[in-house]
Amino acid sequence: MSKKSFRQAINEALRQEMRRDPRVILMGEDVAGGAGAPGDDDAWGGVLGVTKGLVGEFGRERVLDTPLSESAYIGAAAGAAATGLRPVAELMFVDFMGVCFDQIFNQAAKFRYMFGGHAVTPLVIRMMYGAGFRAASQHSQCLYPIFTHIPGLKVVIPSSAYEAKGLLIQAIRDDDPVIFMENKVLYDQEEEVPDESYTIPFGEANLTREGSDVTIVGIGRMVQIANAAADALAKQGISCTVIDPRTTSPLDTGSILDSVEETGRLVIVDEASPRCNMATDISALVAQEAFGALRAPIRMVCPPHVPVPFAPNLEDLYVPDAARVEAAVRAVMQYAGKQGARA
Amino acid sequence: MTGILPVTMPKFGLAMTEGKVVSWAKEEGAVIAVGDELADIETTKITNAYESAVAGVLRRHVAREQEELPVGALIAVVADAAVADSEIDAFIEHFHAEFAARPVETVGDASPEPLVVHIGGRPMRYLETGTEHEGRPIVLLHGFGGDLNNWLFVQPALAERHRVIALDLPGHGGSTKDAGAGDLATLAGAVLDVLRALDVPKAHLVGHSLGGAVALRAALDSPSHAASLTLICPAGLGKEIDDDFTRDFISANRRKLLQPVLAKLFVDESLVSNDMTEDLLRFKRLDGAREALTTIREANFAGGQREILRGRLGELGDIQVQVIWGAEDRIVPPRHAEGLPASVATHVLPGAGHMPHLEKASEVSRLLLDFVE
Amino acid sequence: MQLNREDLLRAYRTMRLIRDFEERLHVEFATGEIPGFVHLYAGEEASAAGVCMHLGDKDHIASTHRGHGHCIAKGCDVSGMMNEIYGRKDGLCGGKGGSMHIADISKGMLGANGIVGGGPPLICGAALTAKVLKTGGVAIAFLGDGASNQGTTLESYNLASIWKLPAVFVVEDNGYAESTAASYAVAGSQSDRAKGFGMPSQVVDGFDFFAVHEAAGAAIERARAGEGPSLIHVQLSRYYGHFEGDGMTYRGPGEVDRLRADVDCLKRFRTKVTEAALLEASELDAIDRAVADQIDTSVRTAKSAPPPTEADLLTDVYVAY
Repeated sequence: MSKKSFRQAINEALRQEMRRDPRVILMGEDVAGGAGAPGDDDAWGGVLGVTKGLVGEFGRERVLDTPLSESAYIGAAAGAAATGLRPVAELMFVDFMGVCFDQIFNQAAKFRYMFGGHAVTPLVIRMMYGAGFRAASQHSQCLYPIFTHIPGLKVVIPSSAYEAKGLLIQAIRDDDPVIFMENKVLYDQEEEVPDESYTIPFGEANLTREGSDVTIVGIGRMVQIANAAADALAKQGISCTVIDPRTTSPLDTGSILDSVEETGRLVIVDEASPRCNMATDISALVAQEAFGALRAPIRMVCPPHVPVPFAPNLEDLYVPDAARVEAAVRAVMQYAGKQGARA
Repeated sequence: MTGILPVTMPKFGLAMTEGKVVSWAKEEGAVIAVGDELADIETTKITNAYESAVAGVLRRHVAREQEELPVGALIAVVADAAVADSEIDAFIEHFHAEFAARPVETVGDASPEPLVVHIGGRPMRYLETGTEHEGRPIVLLHGFGGDLNNWLFVQPALAERHRVIALDLPGHGGSTKDAGAGDLATLAGAVLDVLRALDVPKAHLVGHSLGGAVALRAALDSPSHAASLTLICPAGLGKEIDDDFTRDFISANRRKLLQPVLAKLFVDESLVSNDMTEDLLRFKRLDGAREALTTIREANFAGGQREILRGRLGELGDIQVQVIWGAEDRIVPPRHAEGLPASVATHVLPGAGHMPHLEKASEVSRLLLDFVE
Repeated sequence: MQLNREDLLRAYRTMRLIRDFEERLHVEFATGEIPGFVHLYAGEEASAAGVCMHLGDKDHIASTHRGHGHCIAKGCDVSGMMNEIYGRKDGLCGGKGGSMHIADISKGMLGANGIVGGGPPLICGAALTAKVLKTGGVAIAFLGDGASNQGTTLESYNLASIWKLPAVFVVEDNGYAESTAASYAVAGSQSDRAKGFGMPSQVVDGFDFFAVHEAAGAAIERARAGEGPSLIHVQLSRYYGHFEGDGMTYRGPGEVDRLRADVDCLKRFRTKVTEAALLEASELDAIDRAVADQIDTSVRTAKSAPPPTEADLLTDVYVAY
């Protein structure tokens, strides 16, 4: 056990799984870096250094720099997974899904069903997501709702370093295609992470705060925003449960519903664009399954329905923050119903 | 302002930074003695009755019920009845000012961190506290599926007067997940190896449940290492054990499955918090943990306890033994405390289940201190 | 690779199976009993048979939406295929895939593919598996002239070339992408495209089993030897429309009749082997009869086979969820 950054936790998960299983390979743009170039080998180790050092231990046979050719190599990862390897492909930014989505949602995701249960596709596709990096509209999106929409995919969104390591090892050992989303703002955050390998099962939410007044569901980095809001609210006498679903597919609906049954109030914090995102999905779930428990309307804290802006002041306005979560929680606490509506 | 005593937010365990005064057990104006229950303090992991370390009149509740405060913050003031209210007010004001101005580095966690010693290349984790004290150390051995954090309430109390070493047994916590044969001889051997590595020739051995049997076996295998033995709800004294508990503990890999299993450990089942469950899941998720637990269960508990050492207590000679049991233990029956040799001091604690060191921590600490002193 | 008597009988049998399978589907589809739509391979048999003669179960192929011929040539069970096309529980894919998604991974058949250009990247992956795990296997992408214009295909040429993958790209150029002529839609030539990626290529007469077989043998041997990918441009034509029901108004008058009369790969095979006295006509006739019986049985079986159950709707999405 030692303090490790989110980046180190992911690197360690990859290293330990590659040591454990020779079928695990990495592929992606600059995952080693410097292939064929006159300068340093392992020049980058991924565009933000997450896979640094792995090519040194495992060689270029298993750490494959790809051309900038997402359709080919994401499709190759799917084909390799269906034929005996356990590839971990890196898409760099989720925003690049547009040039290889067919290989993900029409091929990898559907093999098993289309082939009558006879295919096994143990594929992990890692990618960065999220705003806050001043990276503008084509390098800052969330897009996990799109993957979550696709049957056959599993979608994992770790909220911290501990979560990232255990969920990634689970993803690599999992026999289904897994989309693994890394919020790039988290890479330098540190926490205690076991040195040993461990797995966190999919479909089990983590309750990062326990309280009785309001349930807050956060997705990915928004779990930290929700925790900060809950801590501030606790000092004001409002106690919140914060739920980190960990995976949006499968989604631990039971933990969310159980908590709403207890608190009667729900706030969802989702960094994804507000239409058809996890907040709307979870809202629909709760409206359908726990309507009777609700004591106030559900509140969704999401960005506006605009692309992610570049200018720092605009981007800061765009991303949900703890103050907006606190305001939403206070709003559901103060909700008094339609006065006289039933008189 | 002599004679005015602060009562501050206690620190239970390594990770606690804040606590909440759930409810006051004593009203303002009440006369309190050392050991009286003052309040229920809730941490994210567990709620514990906080007992007064001072005597006097409880003059002021500084913390409101349900208020969360950092460790070390003033929660109450105890003073003689003769002290004027104005002096109490001044004391509180002064304390708040000093507390607010405390150096930043002491705000965080200044507690000792667990260390690792390698025995034959395999890591063994331990937490050592009270290192400033001379004399025989106290060694704490947790039970099946537990780890050194199980002693979070007891270890600080003991460490005020003694050097205390809490270990993770093989297969557990931060220690190696190679439990070998997993039987008592193997586990006791590992404990003795750690004592040798830490240069501890003799210690007061305290073991809970499986750890009790391990402590007993260690004392039998190497009597010179044992200054005394305290066995808390120990295995090793009879055949019966809740077979379902050890099996379900291993198989439950999710919070909702594990919580009802853990509830069996306590009289007050509400003590099983999400944080406590998550901590255990974090251990169980480690590669090798499940296999180690399975090995240990098969070697010791499957179909009833395998190695019963009751008949060998006589071999301990002049090593003093005490047994502490929760009267409502649902895992190992308290009747195993009956019929032991007359020299064994036996304490059955009402209101406690299989985890008296968590549920009745102050009583257990007191019994331990009285016994080793 | 020398073809012995058994090889020749097997090649003929494969082509005959494909032809009868597709001709029968043409008839049965018109009855309305087959759900969805089917894309028939009749006329192109020499390509699938000529290439797959070189392959074993450790070798992989990816196919197209016109995939029945590749499936049969790669050894998929014919009755299982027919069941699948009828949407039956006992189909190769449990009735969940249908004509466009027939697969049998145990046979190295990674699926017909409803997405034009879907296969080549998958084949890069299968070839990568063979290379990393040193299985000695090769991977073959069948694709049409339509798919040859997809970015996935061109990206795959590049990836296979830079990684020297044991892959072969077989471009089955039947002259039409749906109703649009290759002469209109394909710039340059297939072989020039291969050359652009540093891949050797061959252009072969797709009505001639022996030509395909020889070209494929060389490309596959090269791949197995670790010398990298190749491209084979197979020039052929289809007897039927893009899909069943296609009126083929874009084709020239008498075009299909001339194909059947002049360049039928089965007729040419029969003439060649009987004239060279490699096989007796009676042996081929026997195969014709046996295949006709087999197809007849498989259709009868499929028609009376049960559909998937309601519970099957929800299974086979994940290994575990």
